[in-house]
Amino acid sequence: FLGAGGGNDIQWCFSQVKGAVDDDVAEADIISTVEFNHSGELLATGDKGGRVVIFQQEQENKTQSHSRGEYNVYSTFQSHEPEFDYLKSLEIEEKINKIRWLPQKNAAQFLLSTNDKTIKLWKISERDKRPEGYNLKEEDGRYRDPTTVTTLRVPVFRPMDLMVEASPRRIFANAHTYHINSISINSDYETYLSADDLRINLWHLEITDRSFNIVDIKPANMEELTEVITAAEFHPNSCNTFVYSSSKGTIRLCDMRASALCDRHSMLFEEPEDPSNRSFFSEIISSISDVKFSHSGRYMMTRDYLSVKIWDLNMENRPVETYQVHEYLRSKLCSLYENDCIFDKFECCWNGSDSIVMTGSYNNFFRMFDRNTKRDITLEASRENNKPRTVLKPRKVCASGKRKKDEISVDSLDFNKKILHTAWHPKENIIAVATTNNLYIFQDKMN
Amino acid sequence: MAAPLGTGTFTEEIGQEKQDTQEKDKAIPPERAEEAKLKAKYPNLGQRPGGSDFLMKRLQKGQKYFDSGDYNMAKAKMKNKQLPSAGPDKSLVTGDHIPTPQDLPQRKSSLVTSKLAG
Repeated sequence: FLGAGGGNDIQWCFSQVKGAVDDDVAEADIISTVEFNHSGELLATGDKGGRVVIFQQEQENKTQSHSRGEYNVYSTFQSHEPEFDYLKSLEIEEKINKIRWLPQKNAAQFLLSTNDKTIKLWKISERDKRPEGYNLKEEDGRYRDPTTVTTLRVPVFRPMDLMVEASPRRIFANAHTYHINSISINSDYETYLSADDLRINLWHLEITDRSFNIVDIKPANMEELTEVITAAEFHPNSCNTFVYSSSKGTIRLCDMRASALCDRHSMLFEEPEDPSNRSFFSEIISSISDVKFSHSGRYMMTRDYLSVKIWDLNMENRPVETYQVHEYLRSKLCSLYENDCIFDKFECCWNGSDSIVMTGSYNNFFRMFDRNTKRDITLEASRENNKPRTVLKPRKVCASGKRKKDEISVDSLDFNKKILHTAWHPKENIIAVATTNNLYIFQDKMN
Repeated sequence: MAAPLGTGTFTEEIGQEKQDTQEKDKAIPPERAEEAKLKAKYPNLGQRPGGSDFLMKRLQKGQKYFDSGDYNMAKAKMKNKQLPSAGPDKSLVTGDHIPTPQDLPQRKSSLVTSKLAG
C-alpha cells in the first residue's frame, strides 16, 4: 500500500493536533466540518456549538526547510446560535453543517457557513494599523473638552498588533423548510446553491431577501416520499451545471440552461443493483453521504456507507472506479443498524491533482486510495503517533480468521471514534483530519 | 439488546452465531445473514425496506411539541403539586406527559471559546 516505500508513494507524518486531550467530550466541541480555502493558507473548522475556528499557515521559515509552516489560530467566532421556531415547534441546532470559502478578491477573506436553516456570509479582515491623533478624542476614546483644544492636527495611521475581525455581511434566512445539508459556490463567484432534504435554492451573494428554487422533489402527498436529497455541488468550471445525490444512491446532473426549475435531470448516474443481493439494508447503505467533483471537473466522487465511487461524467450507467472503505462491516450491519452507525455520514475528498481520494472510517482510521497505482492505505489519527516527522504506520483490520500481530479485529473497533470530515490542501500534501473533537494535521515527509 | 460495538466485549450469543454463520456463509451473502438476524430480533420491523420510516424521521428532526394551553391547564389542575417530569428519554414528549420548562433542554449558546483555539 501507499507509504510502503518506493517511487512516488507519500509518507505521511504527524504534524499537529488541535483540541482537548480529555476523553470527556462536550457536545459543543464535536467538529462538524473542515475546509481549506482556495490557496490552502487558511483552514476552517465548524462545530456543533455553532463556532468557527480558522487556522492560518505560518509563512515558510527559510531556516526550517524540513517542514512546511504550522497552522495556528487566526480567528474564531460564534457563527450560529441555537434557535426555536415557535410557529413550527421546531428546535434549530446551531451546529455548522458546512463551510465554503469564497476565492479571495481583496485583502479580506470571505466564507459561507450554514446550520440547518440559515446561511451566513462572513468577512474576515485584518487590522494592523489604527488612526491616532484625533483632535476631539483622547487615545483611550474619551472625548476631550473642546475648550481645551488650542491647536489642530491631522490624525495619522500608526501600526498596531494584528487584529483579525470576523463580521457577518449577509444573512440568507427563511428559504428552507427542511434541513440544509449542502452549500456550494458557483464558478461565477456570484451565486451559490443551498440544498435541503427536498429542495435546492439558488442565491446571489449580494441578495438576501430572494432566492430561486431550482430543484423541488417534494411529492404532493408526503406518504409517497421515497427519497431525499443528501448532497449537492456546483461543477467547478461550468457555471450552469450542478449535481445532487439522493438517499437511494443516485446522482442527478442538472443544467440550469435547460429550464428554470431543474426537476428533470439532464443526466442520471446510477449503478444497477444485483437483485439477488438485495436486503433490508441495501437502500440504507446505498445512500450517498457526500458528492465531490474532481478539480478537473471530468469526474465526481460519491461516498456511500461502505465504498467510494468515482464516476466519469460521460458515463451514467456505472462508476469507473469503486473503492471499498471497510467491506468487513457488511457482516456487522445488524449491530450497526441497532446502534445507528449505519446512518453515519462520511465525507470524502480529492487531492490537488485528483490522483488520490481520501475518506474516513471508524476507530479513528482514515483511508486513501491512489487511483493510478490502485494501492490503498489505512492510517490512524491518534495522539500516540505524536512525533513530528515520524512516518505513520499503516493499519490493517482483520476481517475474520486468525488475527496477525499488529492487526486489529473488527470486533475491537471503536465505533464511537468516527472520522466523518477530512480535507486535503489544494496544492500540497497536507491533510486535515477531524476526529470527534480533535483536528489532526498530517504532512508528507520532506527530504 | 446486543452489547454495544467497540467496547471490546462480545456476548456469548454472538460468539455462537459466528460459528453457525460460518457454515451458512458459503450460501448466504453476509447482508442477507445480517437481515435475518435483525428480523429475528425485531419481527415487527416494517415490511418496507429501510426507506420511508427513516426519511420521515430525518425530516422531522428537531420537532418538539409544547402546547402552552395544555401546560397551563395541567398546572391549574395540579395546583401546588409538581407536574410529572419527563422520563429518561427527554426527547420524546408524547402521551399524558405535559412538558414543563424544566424538561426542555437548555438552549444556551456556547459562550465558551472552542477548545480547538485553546
